[in-house]
Amino acid sequence: MSNTTNWSSSDDATIENAIRRGASRRDLLKLMLANGVAMAAASTVFGRASEAVAATPVKGGALKAAAWSSSTADTLDPAKASLSTDYVRCCSFYNRLTFLNQTGVAQMELAESIESSDAKTWTIKLKKGVTFHNGKSLGADDVIFSLKRHLDKATGSKVAAIASQMTDFKAVDKTTVEVTLASPNADLPTILSMHHFMIVADGTTDFSSGNGTGAFTCKQFTPGERSIGARNTNYFKSGPNVDSFEFFAIPDESARINALLSGDIHLGASINPRSVRLLDGKDGFALSTTTSGTYTDLNIRMDMTPGNSRDFVEGMKYIVNREQIVKSALRGFGVIGNDQPVSPVNVYHNAALKPKSFDPDKAKFHFQKAGVLGQTVEVITSDAPSSAVDMAMIVQASAAQIGMKLDVKRVPSDGYWSNYWLKAPIHFGNINPRPTPDILFSLLYKSDAPWNESRFVSEKFDKLLVEARGSLDQAKRHEIYNEMQVMVSEQAATIIPAYISNVDAITAKLKGLEPNPLGGMMGYAFAEYVWLTA
Amino acid sequence: MKKQVSLLVVRRLLIALITLVIVSFAVFFATALLPGDTATILLGQSATPEAVEGLRKAMHLNDPAIIRFLRWIAGLFQGDFGKSYANNVPVANLISGRFVNTMKLAGLTAAIAVPFALTLGITAAMWRGTLYDRTVTIATIGIISVPEFMIATLAVLLFAVYLKWLPALSLTNEVKSLHDLLRIYAMPVMTLTFGVSAQMIRMTRAAVVETLNTPYVEMALLKGASRPRLVLRHALPNALGPIVNAVALSLSYLLGGVIIVETIFNYPGVAKLMVDAVSTRDLPLIQTCAMIFCLGYLALITAADIIAVLSNPRLR
Repeated sequence: MSNTTNWSSSDDATIENAIRRGASRRDLLKLMLANGVAMAAASTVFGRASEAVAATPVKGGALKAAAWSSSTADTLDPAKASLSTDYVRCCSFYNRLTFLNQTGVAQMELAESIESSDAKTWTIKLKKGVTFHNGKSLGADDVIFSLKRHLDKATGSKVAAIASQMTDFKAVDKTTVEVTLASPNADLPTILSMHHFMIVADGTTDFSSGNGTGAFTCKQFTPGERSIGARNTNYFKSGPNVDSFEFFAIPDESARINALLSGDIHLGASINPRSVRLLDGKDGFALSTTTSGTYTDLNIRMDMTPGNSRDFVEGMKYIVNREQIVKSALRGFGVIGNDQPVSPVNVYHNAALKPKSFDPDKAKFHFQKAGVLGQTVEVITSDAPSSAVDMAMIVQASAAQIGMKLDVKRVPSDGYWSNYWLKAPIHFGNINPRPTPDILFSLLYKSDAPWNESRFVSEKFDKLLVEARGSLDQAKRHEIYNEMQVMVSEQAATIIPAYISNVDAITAKLKGLEPNPLGGMMGYAFAEYVWLTA
Repeated sequence: MKKQVSLLVVRRLLIALITLVIVSFAVFFATALLPGDTATILLGQSATPEAVEGLRKAMHLNDPAIIRFLRWIAGLFQGDFGKSYANNVPVANLISGRFVNTMKLAGLTAAIAVPFALTLGITAAMWRGTLYDRTVTIATIGIISVPEFMIATLAVLLFAVYLKWLPALSLTNEVKSLHDLLRIYAMPVMTLTFGVSAQMIRMTRAAVVETLNTPYVEMALLKGASRPRLVLRHALPNALGPIVNAVALSLSYLLGGVIIVETIFNYPGVAKLMVDAVSTRDLPLIQTCAMIFCLGYLALITAADIIAVLSNPRLR
């Protein structure tokens, strides 16, 4: 591939993703030609990528993977899980009632069906014949225990706020549970796909043995060191393909890449785009890119100067060069955003809402109208929100061209979230993906939202939020969420230039890894689905 | 002589005890100054006041920190290290495996680094001013100046990534034969040997050179003693004090200061455990680790003093 301009493995990953999303050969050729790839080379790339998509699993092998952080606080208690490391382990030892497939649609896992006629009272029917690793069979009590735990403050659950809407639990029979919500919420099946809602056995207080229904049984778990799982021979699904699964963390990024290159691990999670070039030109390695809705946004508080002038906000939206941010700040590992938090992997994403173009003339017009040209405006940035420093530099340079002076102040990461985020007039934020628009909007854009980054206040928006939440009519929900995305994009002042992709580096021997909207490493559940070729 | 040594040991033990108490109080106050506690850190972004309050209650973190600390000390006197706040596992269980790992790495490194450094240091002093001496000196200064992470990363790139002779990670659970042991420990031990030897070589050379300049060595030379005899029999015993001290200081570094090597080779040792403990504000774990480092340091220094006393008739 040396003669194909600067084609890199990141481009390979893009093509692979495009195929998964159902792009035709024609689309792909267009995509590649746009990247300057010659026709002959393009067909090689195409062949390689489609081979990665279509292959049959093989059984056997010992899978080893490394994430980036691990400490003595590692836990197998799903309610407390806080890092990717915990999510991966929980996914291998436990199951959820539902999970999200790669298009973001909730699929049944432990549940046979989850139904409701009014979105308030939900009936969850469980699959029959599912057993925990210790032999106990899965029943309604386990589900009630697992869900109810989140309401107990002593559990220290990460999703206590989301779980608090479940007010009543009833075991209808041995494998049927009825959950009543405080107010109608049609998203319950999607909410139950969050990693914290893994189902544990009734009465469990010590989680260190990882007694779940999952694809692997826990052989060893040492917090801060490693976990080793062996194939669960009684697993109710067809997997897993590999015989054993060892998972640990290598916090140092170059050490993680070196371990992959030397063959010590099959997957190194979350590789910084800057380090991706280390893998380029090396045969036998590939990248798996997931765009799951993480983003770094530029927030302008609309209750303070200069953000209280709508023209200033409009000007800022036009001066952000989104394409350059994706190309330079993110090294191509991102998707251009349109100033609202529902990313393209979400089923409710409004694709018709186009991102604002980079238009210095329009920006100048608005800045002039706001009367800020010639003034110096302070922008707070830090290493804490990922890539925020690079983004700030790009915006600053574009603004300087039209005579708008932005004073970029870089502050330390330590204490950034408590001292600057949500507080400074213009600052950067960083938001992790959430599975539903409802959670995103309630957390970030409702008039009284705890993390209302730009102080967006709209009565209409708050009303629509409640309306969509309680509606079981899919078409109507799509319509409302589309409208709400337009409102946020046009009326709020959170500039979301791009959704940042997560990049996992893998050896070419590892097959079956697909992007998933819940996060990298196939929504953290890869161990059960992947296989190793010789 | 025996009496002298036992008196020294008893005095040292007393001082050690006092030092440990002072260190544990210092560590306690330093920990108390850190912002946040285990409950807020475990909850992270979802740390609402009620959630924090609930978790604190469940984790028995509501008592004042000083009471919890005194309780921990009281437990320590009964041989109980307490339970980790972060995961409720007894501290002894968390540390034991890792302590063995740290001791293995430190032991192997010492077994290679000490003879290696002493040989180089003494021979360099013997042939002082020669090309050999200058080569050793330049090499040691060069190695002192190169940071450990650089040596470690270069070693990984060379031996693991390009040559594929050694694994990039030191996974201790895979040691099943002597061959595995050598493969897994080769790079960490090599990196640490470079780091600790340089200091010892410099000190050894300086101490031996100094004694070689004294009149009594000149006397021995005039008597016709051979060069090796001159150095080994006459100069070395007098230079032993400072040398053992340098060795002890270098080795104490192997107990708690190898965080970089542990990180790069993903070697589960005590240093990384302590860093984890600090980041989760896990008081019992921090304290126990601090005690281990302090004890190790004191033991090494005491051993160095005893050797110095034994080797020097004037100190007996």
